[in-house]
Amino acid sequence: MSDLNQNTLSQIANLIKTKKISSLEVTKFFIKNIEKAKKLNSFITTCFEKSLKNAKNFDSKKNYNGLLPGIPLAVKDLFCTKNIKTTAGSKILENFTPSYESSVTNNLWSEGAIILGKLNCDEFAMGSSNETSYFGNAINPIGKNLVPGGSSGGSASALAANLTPATIGTDTGGSIRQPASFTGTVGLKPTYGLCSRWGIVAFASSLDQAGPMTKNVEDCALLLEAMSGYDPKDSTSINKKKEQYSKNLNENVKGLKIGIPKEYRIDNMPKEIDNIWNKGIDILKKSGATIVDISLPHTNYALPTYYIVAPAEASSNLARYDGVKYGYRSKKGKNLIEMYENTRGEGFGREVKRRVLIGTYVLSSGYYDAYYLKAQKVRKLIKNDFDESFKKVDAILTPSTPSSAFKFGEKTNDPISMYLNDIFTVPVNLAGIPAISIPGGLDSKGYPMGLQLIAKALDEQTILNIALTMEKAINFKNSIDRWWEK
Amino acid sequence: MENDKFNYFIKTEKNNWEVIIGLEVHAQVVSDSKLFSGSSTKFGGKPNTQVSLVDSAFPGMLPVINEYCIEQAVKTGLGLNAKINLDSIFDRKNYFYADLPAGYQISQYKNPIVGEGEINLDMPYGSKKIGIERLHLEQDAGKSIHDLSPDNTYVDLNRSGVALMEIVSKPDLRSPEEVNSYIKKLRSIMRYLGTCDGNMQEGSLRADVNVSVRIKGETKFGTRCEIKNVNSIKFMEMAIDSEAKRQVELLESGKSIDQETRLFDTKKKETRSMRLKEEAHDYRYFPDPDLLPLKIEKSFVENLKKKLPELPDQKKDRYIKKFNLSPYEANVLVSEIDVSKFFEEVIKTSDIKLAKNWIIVELFAVLNEKNIEIKKSPVTPKNLAILINQISSGNISGKIAKEVFDIMVKTGSSADKIIEDKGLKQQSNPEEIKKIIKKVLDKHSEKVSEYKSGKVKLFGFFIGEVMKISAGKANPKLVNEILKTELKK
Repeated sequence: MSDLNQNTLSQIANLIKTKKISSLEVTKFFIKNIEKAKKLNSFITTCFEKSLKNAKNFDSKKNYNGLLPGIPLAVKDLFCTKNIKTTAGSKILENFTPSYESSVTNNLWSEGAIILGKLNCDEFAMGSSNETSYFGNAINPIGKNLVPGGSSGGSASALAANLTPATIGTDTGGSIRQPASFTGTVGLKPTYGLCSRWGIVAFASSLDQAGPMTKNVEDCALLLEAMSGYDPKDSTSINKKKEQYSKNLNENVKGLKIGIPKEYRIDNMPKEIDNIWNKGIDILKKSGATIVDISLPHTNYALPTYYIVAPAEASSNLARYDGVKYGYRSKKGKNLIEMYENTRGEGFGREVKRRVLIGTYVLSSGYYDAYYLKAQKVRKLIKNDFDESFKKVDAILTPSTPSSAFKFGEKTNDPISMYLNDIFTVPVNLAGIPAISIPGGLDSKGYPMGLQLIAKALDEQTILNIALTMEKAINFKNSIDRWWEK
Repeated sequence: MENDKFNYFIKTEKNNWEVIIGLEVHAQVVSDSKLFSGSSTKFGGKPNTQVSLVDSAFPGMLPVINEYCIEQAVKTGLGLNAKINLDSIFDRKNYFYADLPAGYQISQYKNPIVGEGEINLDMPYGSKKIGIERLHLEQDAGKSIHDLSPDNTYVDLNRSGVALMEIVSKPDLRSPEEVNSYIKKLRSIMRYLGTCDGNMQEGSLRADVNVSVRIKGETKFGTRCEIKNVNSIKFMEMAIDSEAKRQVELLESGKSIDQETRLFDTKKKETRSMRLKEEAHDYRYFPDPDLLPLKIEKSFVENLKKKLPELPDQKKDRYIKKFNLSPYEANVLVSEIDVSKFFEEVIKTSDIKLAKNWIIVELFAVLNEKNIEIKKSPVTPKNLAILINQISSGNISGKIAKEVFDIMVKTGSSADKIIEDKGLKQQSNPEEIKKIIKKVLDKHSEKVSEYKSGKVKLFGFFIGEVMKISAGKANPKLVNEILKTELKK
């Protein structure tokens, strides 16, 4: 069998389409990779029997019309998958098996893809390092003791280690882009409403958005095209025609105006990040884009706003995990209230509890106006900042994260420093606009660091095109020696 | 008339206390499916057979607004002469309970779909307008069943997610009687509109009652107590009366009222404390991020307005003007849409005046006695019209008509057939009547002499004898005339 470790999603799709390789061969290859990579702990659940069955089924029917013909894919364990355990990284859903399939994963299977398994993530997607997962942390293939980022940490880990040719994650405050940045991969957070939220375990409904995580920009366009689309079952889904991101992908950035927000040059940011950012700016200039200095004046308020809005919604969204209907139920407790307390006390981890408490507090009567309502107002201002900027520029370039991947345990006892990881990514979620993170280069430790491109709502194509141009120029190479296979 | 004046006060040695009442009515929206899911809303299904993944709050499930329920709420708003809010918001009301699967109820808090309106009540002391504060849409919770097992509680989610309209009155009601009238009028309007079937036994109409008292003449409201979920009008009236008296007693003995939620004990006929204000839930309301703010087009409202049926007040005015009915009669006939339908069916082919009397007096007596609704009346509108036409055409007397009606109630057969079978047709042949009269006068010649010597009261005796012989069928008018002539001879 050929070594598919060097192949991208788009290439494998072509190999299958041109009958150079069968779906079953590809599937077996990735299963083998997964089996050799237990140390990475990227998976919570695998379903190889089903994968192999589906691959054989694909090969016998040979339907090459889909965008993802016979492609095996693993997905973040936040997407409900029919008859396959869906845990959201939590003890409280440890044994939960949905009877339904999320709209986004359903779109993938409709395009010909085949499920490989469910990927590790922070509990209910709350975390920036994958350390809050009940199933233990996934490991960054870059280094044994490095976090893969979060919350889509398992997804990034599996992708970088080539345990899946591409994957999907969810991004509430940076959960696709930050792990992509930490693992030297590409991740895109689409416009809010582009991908259906139906069947995704909810964290913060007004911010959650599913998106593609891939090895390169071409794959990203392909996967975004496959997973997006209007869904009447999600009231916040945008009713519009499906875009052909792959077909329209090009490297023409000539004449585009790229904004550089001065507020993103924060204190104590490693010099290396500045360097990578500046390198990106130079590439764009050379490609014929115009660089424009812009201001997003309310950037400073984004993080506190996010950490009010997201926990508020989460505190309510997670109320359904009460031990009554499904999921974990504590055996202790003399009455209903005690059953609730014990079930949720034992079923949720520390970070989830912390956010439920924060969320409950900011929504309480007497505090609502000062926190939640104020946060909503600031959220509008942040969105206005972007709206104003996009009158002047076509896209905005920033670093994806204020640092490269950190070590396990480094920030677990300091939630604020953990939260600061999201400083460049959360404004985009608050504004509901799309952003992509692509590898920008390596820092002195040899760890990858990402660059983020932001566009106005529904303008994914523009940042995909710019990203493609930059990708070519940067010519990033991850140095992964597959240590876990040794 | 002194009796017709408003006189509901709690009178004590010291004071006259006025009772202030406001109502929060929960009316189940008539709709085949639930407010945010496609599950059936049918009453009486086996437990947990009408539950979707959304209703049971499975992970990742999302609500989608049922447009028909929006239409029903707007229609109801229009029926209450209320302001329709083109922009409204669905909020989450957060609290934990076993029959609330999501841990929150989707409701409307600060921006309801319907704003201020009013309801007109016809009280014996005149008409009175009761303000409507708001109407909002919300989902119902499921049902906890505690009595199936000593150790466990069972939960039935069939009702979970069913659309309810919460209709909040202003504190404009002043007596149990007004509350009775308000509920009935509200129910009547919703039944006319087809937006709520108003069935209190099946729980499709429930109410929370806010009660406070103040000394007559005061303008400031007293501290109120809320009586939860009283499920019949009769109990509502009792609960208000007992709660008002409790509050007066407390205040007159120098104590104060705690703002609290109370329950009405239907056996003891008194309210008892459920929870104090301090124990009240903090519902942590916030706009549901799964639903966009609800926007209604003006044209949508205008279209519904055009299609609005004639409502009780309009129908009442029409009956008074067109049919020459008294306001009382008109009110009785319009208050239930089924009664007005029945009435209009009867008068299609028969006399209006007779029809209204027969419905209001005879038919209502039967329905009351049997405790059935007019829809299930044993006498159909068509049959009642036939009976009335027999009276109008002089074929039977009013007295015989009642006999026929009784048989109609028992057997359900038509008036024509009963009259035919029992030979009850009125005797209107003057010759035949004359024969009977002669027979009577011959038999009682002594009484005839007495009559002629001035004992005119005996006229009635002769009439009675004639009717006896004719088995009540002789035309009373003819009997009268002919008897007078014969006695003069």
